[in-house]
Amino acid sequence: MDSVALHKIFDIGGVFEAIIDWLTENLGVVFDIIADVIDALLTGFFNGLMFPHAFIMIALFGALAWWIAKKGVGIFTLVGFFLIYAMNLWEATMETLALVITSVFIAILIAIPIGIWASKKDTVEAIVRPILDFMQTLPAFVYLIPAVLFFRLGAVPGVVATLIFSLPPSVRLTNLGIRQVPKEIKEASMAFGATNRQMLLKAEIPVAIPTIMAGVNQTIMLALSMVVIAGMIGAGGLGNEVLKGITQLKIDLGFESGIAIVILAIFLDRVTQALGVASQKQEE
Amino acid sequence: MDENVKIKVDNLYKIFGPNPKKAFPLIEKGLERSEILEKTGNVVAVRGVSFEIKKKETFVIMGLSGSGKSTLIRCLNRLVDSTSGKIFIDGKNILEMDKEELRESRRYMMSMVFQHFGLLPHRNVTNNVEFGLEIGGMEKEERNKKALDAIELVGLKGYEKSMPDELSGGMQQRVGLARALANNPEILLMDEAFSALDPLIRNQMQDELLELQAKMHKTIVFITHDLDEALKLGDRILILGPDGTSRQLGTPEEILSDPADDYVAKFVEKVDKTKVITVSSIMRKAPVMTIPKDGPGGASRTMEKNGISSIFVVDSERYLKGMVTIDETVKLQKKKERDLEPILIRDLYTAYEDTPISDLLATALSTKYPIVVIDKDYRYKGIVDRAAIINEVSDETEDSESPMHFSEMEEGISNQDSDNGGE
Repeated sequence: MDSVALHKIFDIGGVFEAIIDWLTENLGVVFDIIADVIDALLTGFFNGLMFPHAFIMIALFGALAWWIAKKGVGIFTLVGFFLIYAMNLWEATMETLALVITSVFIAILIAIPIGIWASKKDTVEAIVRPILDFMQTLPAFVYLIPAVLFFRLGAVPGVVATLIFSLPPSVRLTNLGIRQVPKEIKEASMAFGATNRQMLLKAEIPVAIPTIMAGVNQTIMLALSMVVIAGMIGAGGLGNEVLKGITQLKIDLGFESGIAIVILAIFLDRVTQALGVASQKQEE
Repeated sequence: MDENVKIKVDNLYKIFGPNPKKAFPLIEKGLERSEILEKTGNVVAVRGVSFEIKKKETFVIMGLSGSGKSTLIRCLNRLVDSTSGKIFIDGKNILEMDKEELRESRRYMMSMVFQHFGLLPHRNVTNNVEFGLEIGGMEKEERNKKALDAIELVGLKGYEKSMPDELSGGMQQRVGLARALANNPEILLMDEAFSALDPLIRNQMQDELLELQAKMHKTIVFITHDLDEALKLGDRILILGPDGTSRQLGTPEEILSDPADDYVAKFVEKVDKTKVITVSSIMRKAPVMTIPKDGPGGASRTMEKNGISSIFVVDSERYLKGMVTIDETVKLQKKKERDLEPILIRDLYTAYEDTPISDLLATALSTKYPIVVIDKDYRYKGIVDRAAIINEVSDETEDSESPMHFSEMEEGISNQDSDNGGE
């Protein structure tokens, strides 16, 4: 029996196809609702970002970076975002940022509760861990296929693919952060009569916050990289511009979009990292 | 049940492992911990321990690592659930408490202090100390006030807003102690509370705990692996063996002077007993004269009868007045004087019954007379001979290189001479 004949028996791809076909046929309504919610969020964020004049937004971003991170980051943000504006990529960049914010927002809503659950129950961790491994090692492009099948082309499947791709680090690091809370801190809160809920909210999560924030930071960075790839399915934003650069051999546009992505990446990274350190100190 | 008992532990076992029940038949057969682990995969941490802790006493549980002492103290507030046995607090079996009752007792009855402090790194000192009260649902203003009181009590005034990582180990443990005291518990559980501190700070914290306890009168359960610490802090000490059984329960003095078995004896032999053995153990009753009732005649007769050359004099309330010697008394008698007052020797030293012998050594070497033992109201109790003190101390210390006796030395010289002469 050769491998072609064997493939007919072990038709793994076919099984997935059948599952996805079944889902699209039978759960179309559910997907429509999800699509509407994502679309509403996305539009809301995008309109919010585009509502003030670009210069006001640039000043706001600069002030935010200065306040949360450092003076240097603030200045970098002012200069960098002005450059983006000057390259006429402002709208594309804000589109990308809206995609990232929407994806990360939903990803965190899903990831942190799962991470907490996994930290409390070993069986949950045992089930979640291989799924996360699978999600992280599967090539990013593969996510685009079911996303397109369920949600057709556009920004919504881009968000879905992005949130799935970027969610694992937040789950992992929430789980790790809570498991790493020193035993004596857990014992101390129990010894003073804390309920499980009080222990989680008053002791474990605050102590684990730096680790959890490191996970969120990674989620944001992964989301940014995936949002660019999602340009291939018409998600819009800077990904679209890069794609144009490749397909139409517009070297200048490709480069300029690349630089805009790097500026956005550095801004998001520095600010969220600083947020992780600050959130630990700020509690009361 | 005895009114005076705060905590009673009855035949307590804690077995860790997949199937604790399987271990019991082997325990009954008297198998050792390692054998039971090999046969059943269970670890016997606490092995049939029983004891009673009295109200307001400092009860020290002492053992080396693996003796189950940390497990044992965690059984008392059920951070660890025991496998079998009973634990009564104020006559109530805490193993029968439901979750709600247990939480209540943890909130208001007993607090715990941890070896590595267990402070919340994101909260400042005040908010850490408030933690227990906050958990109990007390209003912000009230718990803040109580926290500040507790902070002052442990000597941390001025550090209210500091973060734990800005404080030294000793100060962090003061925060731990303040947190435990803030909700005014009846029982204080202290798990190796001072073991992570360096020796100087540890000593200081021990002294402060003793001072605090003299004011607060809590029931304290203190875990340690350090015998010196146990002897210093404990009203009574429970010594656990390496197999999780209890080996001896007694006062520091009982444990030092009468170890129950070889294991305890080996522990104890390294301790400087003079720091623990007190005057009361070598004190003796001696006859006294009472003035103004007794005169020189009575004094010299009593001294002759007892074969002593001096006697102490007290007044009718038994306050020490001084000492008279036989020579002076006889002189006085010949002069037909009635009053002992003029010949009283007042160059005397006094000590309390609970003064450690080591504190008396220097005095014993400098004074010519016995040391007088008085009680807390300064009344005469008895005397301690200088010889008894030196005897007790010399029992403890053996010279590492014994000095040569004079006769041996002479012998050595004469041998040398004869060797030389033989040539």
